[in-house]
Amino acid sequence: MFSDLLSKGYTLTNVPVGSSARVVAVNGNSRISRRLMEMGVIPGVSVEVVKTAPFGDPIEIRVRGYSLAMRKAEADSIDVSF
Amino acid sequence: MKQNGHKSQLTIALAGNPNAGKTTLFNSLTGLKQKVANYPGVTVERKQGSWKLENGHANLIDLPGLYSLDATSVDEQIARDVITGEQAGVPKPDVIIAVVDATNLERNLYLVTQIFEFGIPVVIALTMIDAFEKQKHEIDLDKLSELLKTPVVAINAKTGRGKTQLLKSVGEVLDKPPTVPFEMNGNAEDGQNAKIFARYNFISEVVQEAVKHNDRKEHRVSEKIDRVLTHKVFGLVILVAVLLLVFQTIFSWASLPMDLLDKGFGALGDLVRSEMPPGILTDLIVDGIIAGVGGVLVFLPQILLLFLFISILEDTGYLARAAFLLDKLMSRVGLHGKAFLPLMSSFACAIPGIMATRTIESRRDRFATIMIAPLMSCSARLPVYTLMIAAFFAGRKVLGFISLGAVLMLAMYALGIIVAIIVAFVLKRTILKAPPPPFVMELPPYRLPNIRTVVQNMFTRGWLFVKRAGTVILAISIILWALTYFPRTAVQTVDVPAAANGGVFVGTALPEISTESEQLRNSFAGKLGHVIEPVIRPLGFDWKIGVALIASFAAREVLVSTLSIIYNVGKDQDAQSETLISAIREAKSDDGGVTWTPLTAVTLMVFFVLAMQCMSTVAIVRRETNSWAWTFFMIGYMTGLAWIAAFITFQGGRLLGFG
Repeated sequence: MFSDLLSKGYTLTNVPVGSSARVVAVNGNSRISRRLMEMGVIPGVSVEVVKTAPFGDPIEIRVRGYSLAMRKAEADSIDVSF
Repeated sequence: MKQNGHKSQLTIALAGNPNAGKTTLFNSLTGLKQKVANYPGVTVERKQGSWKLENGHANLIDLPGLYSLDATSVDEQIARDVITGEQAGVPKPDVIIAVVDATNLERNLYLVTQIFEFGIPVVIALTMIDAFEKQKHEIDLDKLSELLKTPVVAINAKTGRGKTQLLKSVGEVLDKPPTVPFEMNGNAEDGQNAKIFARYNFISEVVQEAVKHNDRKEHRVSEKIDRVLTHKVFGLVILVAVLLLVFQTIFSWASLPMDLLDKGFGALGDLVRSEMPPGILTDLIVDGIIAGVGGVLVFLPQILLLFLFISILEDTGYLARAAFLLDKLMSRVGLHGKAFLPLMSSFACAIPGIMATRTIESRRDRFATIMIAPLMSCSARLPVYTLMIAAFFAGRKVLGFISLGAVLMLAMYALGIIVAIIVAFVLKRTILKAPPPPFVMELPPYRLPNIRTVVQNMFTRGWLFVKRAGTVILAISIILWALTYFPRTAVQTVDVPAAANGGVFVGTALPEISTESEQLRNSFAGKLGHVIEPVIRPLGFDWKIGVALIASFAAREVLVSTLSIIYNVGKDQDAQSETLISAIREAKSDDGGVTWTPLTAVTLMVFFVLAMQCMSTVAIVRRETNSWAWTFFMIGYMTGLAWIAAFITFQGGRLLGFG
């Protein structure tokens, strides 16, 4: 049970605005996770959360030198480590 | 240039990410010699042009902008089919020019690594190089070319930099298929993702060796702009201001050319009538074709201006921000953030709006957006609202100081929006049911729009509309004309059938007008008016209004001219005309009662908010959905809702003691 908690870790939604994190895994529905990975969000890459939209969703991140917007639902499928 | 062993004409495809500068390069290489159509059965634009080589011309194909060739979307499938030579009617490309944005090298190179695997010679055209160098980054082109094992040419479409070099490189790579410059040695655990990882690993190595970044501050300018433009409060305020400005500009700029076109078509009709012998053919050409098609084409300036502004917003990168700002709001009704702009455009005209839904990737989301776009009160509804308000509510105030007309006008816009929200909500939970669409969207850096690209875009899209909607509009114009033209009422014997028909007014009005009015009353349209009268009676409409409803299927504003004809005041009345207004106020139904009360006017306005009274929209929906079923569904649900809402308005109003 303890190991469960440990392995759960953080997702991109836990990263505060202005901070960076390293991608550990991209989970979820294969179509979306595949699209995210093709856009360069793959394990090992560093991402920065730039801001959230006026109504709290979607969020903007910077990855590989460009800006990418995604909903929190998508961001939640990205495991990260600080 | 070496062309031995090749067909006399080379086929070259341009491939690249959205926002990589592909269209600008395409325009600069082909000039005005380009053709735009659609790939059969889908709404993916097929752009081809002719590129002048040292000897002869190459057939240049502009593939849709894409991030990947994995065929998860229609665009990607088409691009893949073109590259593999499986797309019918498009020869397999001899060379692919991969357009790569230097300021976004890693992600742009991903597509290139995929293209390598198809075994077609590749030349890389590096765009935005000036912006990249201005930010004090350094890129070693020779190194990049060596690592990628394919020529890399830095280009600038504006200054012409690199154009000759590009030509030379294309000649060099001919017949030299690329070697995939890296190994696909992912481990089995990663499964199908192994390829993605391998590609990006390779790219990271290449970029590390060939590029010296100036501590990656290249995004700072866009970030600063975004601090304001996507600010939680200012962002929304600015968005509203931008849209108001766009609409204001469209309405003020479009009115002059619209008037000119209107007069032009009138003059053309007069000319044809004076030059041709009187008869059915002349009437068909003048009243059917010129008046019908002209009535749609007068909206062209407005449509073009909308396309222009959409292009500018797209090109600057602001459109993506608008979708970002409003996605949460739109997703509440199950729509994508990108649906916002098409719906907004529809307040001016649903046609550019519906054509702009192409940016929405998911078919279900796109169709849901198309289905509700015509519920936004477009500019063609304004004459109808204006006429009704001028006839029955002019000068009346609410609470002593607010104009009742303005309140009613606002209520009509609100009604359209509310119904659209409900319809979208219902559609997305029933026939277009789908999980919330993924929202993964690039926010491209802000850039000044390229005037030429923007203007060319405007004309291309405008021409597409004319071409695609043209035949349907022509056909419907002729049908509607025939409905009002046949059977012919002989002028001399007019009061014989008139007596049988009842209600025909033979009075002191000018003879020619009276004839026109009688013709309409006795025509098929007039008879249809009688046929539908039982259906529209509960809405407070008589058969004469029925005739006007039928005729205004061509376009909503036709209601004004049809009412003018049917009330015998000559067809050239506008929505503020005193003659028409008093004719409407005094109109009597066949039973002798007054036709119009303020309640009838409001009911008619409600009907026009919701009814699908626009043949151009029908035509464009048919084209964009590629389905008559969806087109008829739209006509059906809109007309049904219009009837129900009008029924509630009229009967409810009567119960409350109005009318």
